[in-house]
Amino acid sequence: MPPIISAMGLTKIYGGIKAVDRIDFEIREGECFGFLGPNGAGKTTTMRMIQCAIPKTSGRLLVKGMEVDERPREIKRILGVVPQENNLDPDFTVLKNLTVYARYFDIPKGEAERRALELLRFVQLYERRDSPVDKLSGGMRRRLMLARALINEPEILVMDEPTTGLDPQARHAIWDKIRALKREGVTVVLTTHYMEEASQLCDRLVIMDLGRIIAEGSPAELIEEHVGSEVVEVDNRPEVLGLIAREGERYEMFGDRIHVLARDPKGFVSKLMGACDLERVAIRRATLEDVFLKLTGRALRD
Amino acid sequence: MRPADYFRIPDVSYRVWKVWMRNRDVFMKTIKVNFLVPFLEPILYLFGIGFGLGLYVGEMDGMPYAAFIAPALISISMMNASFFECTYASFVRMYHQKTFDAIISTPLNVDEVILGEILWGSTKSLINASIMLSVLSALQLVKLPDSLLLIPFSFLVGLVFSAIGMCFTAIVPTIDSFNYPTFLLITPMFLFSGTFFPLSALPEPVQLASQIFFPLTHAVIISRGLASGRIGAQSLVSLAWLASVGSILTILSINLMRRRLVA
Repeated sequence: MPPIISAMGLTKIYGGIKAVDRIDFEIREGECFGFLGPNGAGKTTTMRMIQCAIPKTSGRLLVKGMEVDERPREIKRILGVVPQENNLDPDFTVLKNLTVYARYFDIPKGEAERRALELLRFVQLYERRDSPVDKLSGGMRRRLMLARALINEPEILVMDEPTTGLDPQARHAIWDKIRALKREGVTVVLTTHYMEEASQLCDRLVIMDLGRIIAEGSPAELIEEHVGSEVVEVDNRPEVLGLIAREGERYEMFGDRIHVLARDPKGFVSKLMGACDLERVAIRRATLEDVFLKLTGRALRD
Repeated sequence: MRPADYFRIPDVSYRVWKVWMRNRDVFMKTIKVNFLVPFLEPILYLFGIGFGLGLYVGEMDGMPYAAFIAPALISISMMNASFFECTYASFVRMYHQKTFDAIISTPLNVDEVILGEILWGSTKSLINASIMLSVLSALQLVKLPDSLLLIPFSFLVGLVFSAIGMCFTAIVPTIDSFNYPTFLLITPMFLFSGTFFPLSALPEPVQLASQIFFPLTHAVIISRGLASGRIGAQSLVSLAWLASVGSILTILSINLMRRRLVA
């Protein structure tokens, strides 16, 4: 089966700065595909090129076999878009937000109303259908954004940071909806900088930094390839560094803590206990966050 | 952008009306308030200036002063309704509410959004002009049925001022910047377009500038012709001026907006 979205040498230059720099990726039909990266990595720019909101500078970008700059209308017809920033219509009620949006897709009035009510049940906002948008909480607005993105029954759902700024309950509610949509066969493309979100939802993902893709794979593959199964966390002390150097282990220094990506974590911990007098040694499962920090470094990005 | 790019023919379809309908739906929500302004405005001006100042002025250009300014008041209302709709109101939708971003995630494109906004601004002009016309004809200050042509005409005048407004909306950095075109363009037009006294009272170079640069001058010429039932050949020139400036600026504003929104 050909990929539903594919990019080849995709590049976007803004005023001399390469926001996206010759990236290649393929997204398969029905999967959840994630773009991870620190701020300024080029995730949002990539999303906006997929949704035909901004033109690419060079390279190719195909959505369902269609070039983004040739057939934007057809592409946008099969896309559901949840941008980073909510842009609900404050002049309308919850329900009217959906029916007005349906009109842009040429969905007839009766059908629009039927779909809107069904979607409001899906995102648990049915009871609030006549509320003005500004009376909704952050989590409710985000769910309404999701419902609006689904009004045209999209084949591909593009979400830019779907849960940023939400409390854990609201975040889990959104995750549940995304999983339900995936089961129905919707292809989901999302960006996030929450590693847990990526591990929970994404079948495959890429990690971007400074406009380039620096790693690609399933969350488990990425962890195994870049970190190993477990991480040893220990205080940053000269004798620990000495032992690491003698053993030739890979490590990352985070202020007063050291993360050791040991080949044999349990063996390394017993050597540590023998060699140094330590109070705080922890051995834990490696996460996507370890991969992310290892690949993109610790420096703040903005 | 190359100079020719500012006048590229927009890529638009029937979908522009969906943008128009969105704005209509918002308008209908607060319809009572929306009718109040165009209903009260002519009455205030007529009593304050028309009947008050008119007592001292008597006749102007061979007609009672109130009848002289009545068509100008309608023209001013066309200008205000459309210019302010496509500046402050459009800017809020574009910049603060991100409504345009939401719409262009659907099969609509920027060109259609902007043309839809301009057509809505023209419609606001038509609505306001119609309400004022009914007030002024009840006071027997305009001639019927000739004056009814002011209704379709107000849509064209609205188009010109919507397009002017939209050009500014495409280039201003913040909403406060609209003070410049308001005080440097709209206020002088309000005073020097043959509105409250005939153009001939002005020095000749000013008359000429007013006719070359001020759409309101042309709107007033035609409105006064229709309202008094004495439409002259000069009106044809004004009509051609408004139609060509309206279409050129509409195209220009769409291209300026595309540059702003699709980078």
